[in-house]
Amino acid sequence: MSAFRWLAERWVMGVALLVLGYLALPVLVVAALSFNRPSNRLSYDFAEFTLDNWRQPCATPEMCDAVLRSVQIGFVSTVVSTVLGTLMAFALVRHRFAGRSGTNLLVFLPMATPELVMGTSLLALFVSAGVPQGFWTVVVAHVMFCLSFVVVTVRARLAGMDRRLEEAAADLYAGPWQAFRLVTLPLVLPGIVAAALLAFSLSFDDFIVTNFNSGTTVTFPMYVWGAAQRGIPPQVNVVGTAMFAIALLLVLLTSVRKGTLLTHSVEEGPPVNNT
Amino acid sequence: MTARGRHRLLPYLLLLPGVAWLLLFFAVPLLQLAAASLYDPGGSLSTGYAMTWAFGNYPDALRAYWPQFARSFMYAGAALALALLMGYPLAYAIARKAGRWKNLLLVAVVAPMFTSFLVRTLAWKTILSDNGWLVGLLRDVHLLGPDGRLLATPVSVVLGLTYNFLPFLVLPLYASLERLDPRLLEAAGDLYASPAQTFRRVTLPLSRPGLVAGTLLFFIPATGDYINAELLGTPNEYMIGNVIDSAFLVRLDYPQGAALSFLLMAAILAAVFGYLRRADPSQGVL
Repeated sequence: MSAFRWLAERWVMGVALLVLGYLALPVLVVAALSFNRPSNRLSYDFAEFTLDNWRQPCATPEMCDAVLRSVQIGFVSTVVSTVLGTLMAFALVRHRFAGRSGTNLLVFLPMATPELVMGTSLLALFVSAGVPQGFWTVVVAHVMFCLSFVVVTVRARLAGMDRRLEEAAADLYAGPWQAFRLVTLPLVLPGIVAAALLAFSLSFDDFIVTNFNSGTTVTFPMYVWGAAQRGIPPQVNVVGTAMFAIALLLVLLTSVRKGTLLTHSVEEGPPVNNT
Repeated sequence: MTARGRHRLLPYLLLLPGVAWLLLFFAVPLLQLAAASLYDPGGSLSTGYAMTWAFGNYPDALRAYWPQFARSFMYAGAALALALLMGYPLAYAIARKAGRWKNLLLVAVVAPMFTSFLVRTLAWKTILSDNGWLVGLLRDVHLLGPDGRLLATPVSVVLGLTYNFLPFLVLPLYASLERLDPRLLEAAGDLYASPAQTFRRVTLPLSRPGLVAGTLLFFIPATGDYINAELLGTPNEYMIGNVIDSAFLVRLDYPQGAALSFLLMAAILAAVFGYLRRADPSQGVL
């Protein structure tokens, strides 16, 4: 095979790896900066290696308060949006009723609306209704934009489910509640868990909608935004790196357990059990 | 109530809380924003606003901020072009060339999003810094003048937008390329199509649904974004989002902020529908 042919067959993969490098670069920089002692408050350059940021992640107490606030808001928003969204997904997949397409549209629209517009419109509502902004207005906003993503995720799982399994349960004298608890719920659960994780990460990372509805409540992204003007503490990178490591570990562990990290192609024979 | 009646009501009971939430906190606020965009521009937050059906707010807002509007679409458009150039080979390689590494590479596409949006955008400040290796390298090969910068220029804002929204383009594109039947590509080869012809006449048309979905998922948030312009640019690079942010949170000019929000949404919708019509004329819009 000539060198030209060799190159022609592989250039796409080469470009792909370069692009993956472009995507990975900032994460590597964040990890490196978490070990940095900056020369001054406003500098973003790497100056000197230190472990201090990891030893004292809460050297700036306001930052840790903000992380805690984000976790609280994320938790409440996730629980509420997952419950409401799962109920909606069941109605949309399992029932034919008047107003179904209208409901589908209502679920789709928030995903197609710029975040900025959702943020400013909620602000306009809260101000005109005289609702003071803070923790709960942020939760209300986060539940609103997480809902659609929960519905879509759970709906996909439900739609791919074999209805005959529930019919079999009924044939075996399971009552409707038993069939739901013992057959339907365990089968849909992975979809619900995925939806909850998605909702939490959307809520935890949201800046734009939160910025318009938080009043004086400071979430982690709000803290970073404010600190960017007066110099960010290097511990921000510790939080960024830790979030990345935890999420990546979760993903890798679940896919290794399910054996889906590496796909097995047909030529390679039967899948190897790698648990 | 009969069992049958209960069954008919069940879907509505399941939907009620979620739909009420979306109506109350998504649909009603949009109407409230529409109303606010027509308030008397002479009012203020402390004295209250009077509803004067001031349709003039719209042309006034556009006259005052059209450069930022144009810039939003230019930057998002440039970022989209870059993202397509990078994202298509990436999605293609993962879907068709990666073999057993497919899932691992997909994780690599999504993984950057596990770090906070703002923190990874700030990391670009380090990468593009005047003292960084990248600017040093570009100055050495004379692509940048001795005082040339990347940070605080349109280049850094466009690069940031491309980076932040690239995964949204790659994932749907991957999904449609992955479903492509390899026998069609073999058939094209058997019929003496060159690789370039196969790509243009078979692969590209068949990946169109993913291309359309990915373009929208990229373009909508990129146009409304103002984090990249704020953190990586200067007021000279401000996009319409920066103006809306300051209208609501700094200048407290609600009628103008509301009018600008609706203009942004209308402009994005127009761009999206225009694009969908061109992308797939046979099927009409959507």
